[in-house]
Amino acid sequence: MQKTKRLFLKGSMALLALASLPRALLAAVWPKESFDSTSASGALKALLGTDVTTPSEQIKMKVPEIAENGAVVPVSITTNLENVESISIVVPKNPRPLAASFEIPTGTLPKVSCRIKMGETSDVMAVVKTGSGIFSASREVKVTIGGCGG
Amino acid sequence: MANQIKISAKLKGSVADVKSLMLHPMETGARKDPDTGELVPAHHITQLIFTNNGKQVMVANFSTAVSKNPFFGFSFEGAKAGDTLKVSWVDNKGETAELETQLA
Repeated sequence: MQKTKRLFLKGSMALLALASLPRALLAAVWPKESFDSTSASGALKALLGTDVTTPSEQIKMKVPEIAENGAVVPVSITTNLENVESISIVVPKNPRPLAASFEIPTGTLPKVSCRIKMGETSDVMAVVKTGSGIFSASREVKVTIGGCGG
Repeated sequence: MANQIKISAKLKGSVADVKSLMLHPMETGARKDPDTGELVPAHHITQLIFTNNGKQVMVANFSTAVSKNPFFGFSFEGAKAGDTLKVSWVDNKGETAELETQLA
């Protein structure tokens, strides 16, 4: 009886701890498999179900032509494609190509700015998922000093 | 804890332009500690969530490839003065931080 009581208490404490986490933090799943992938193709397949994207001139990217510091490369992406659901940044030559992925709820503009690390000169791909398909744009960023650590 | 995040949110009509800066080492796990020669374990923000008056307006999923002290900017519609904008993040160690501000 005692054993069951203790187990029950332990279980309900765990549940309570989980329930008291801010709701927002429980809402969205971090795409671990996509982030762990060592290939751009693998990352996109895990994230979006496919690695096939349609190049689109409606995606505008602002990245430096030459990154002075590979540890801090500013990337801005905006698009006038409609019904955008997510925008993702993929750096094929990075050890793990998926750098970041942004979920765009209705009412949020399809526009993001952040700073990423690049290990070496590589294309930077902006992948935009919309209600009508998956589109992409790509720009090469030259990196003189790599920013991944090692 | 609040000074781990800085937000600036500017209203342009009903669009809020949000710029945020988070203090975080964003360790990749590939860097060697110069003193010990050991690899510094990965320690990075995994997810950043913004809500406006409780409605989710952005979810940002980060890898270790996001730069140290992440900057993140975005914009959303349907904003007005007095709205409560909240940002919260969680990292791979389960640490969290959050900040609320009123739109003006």
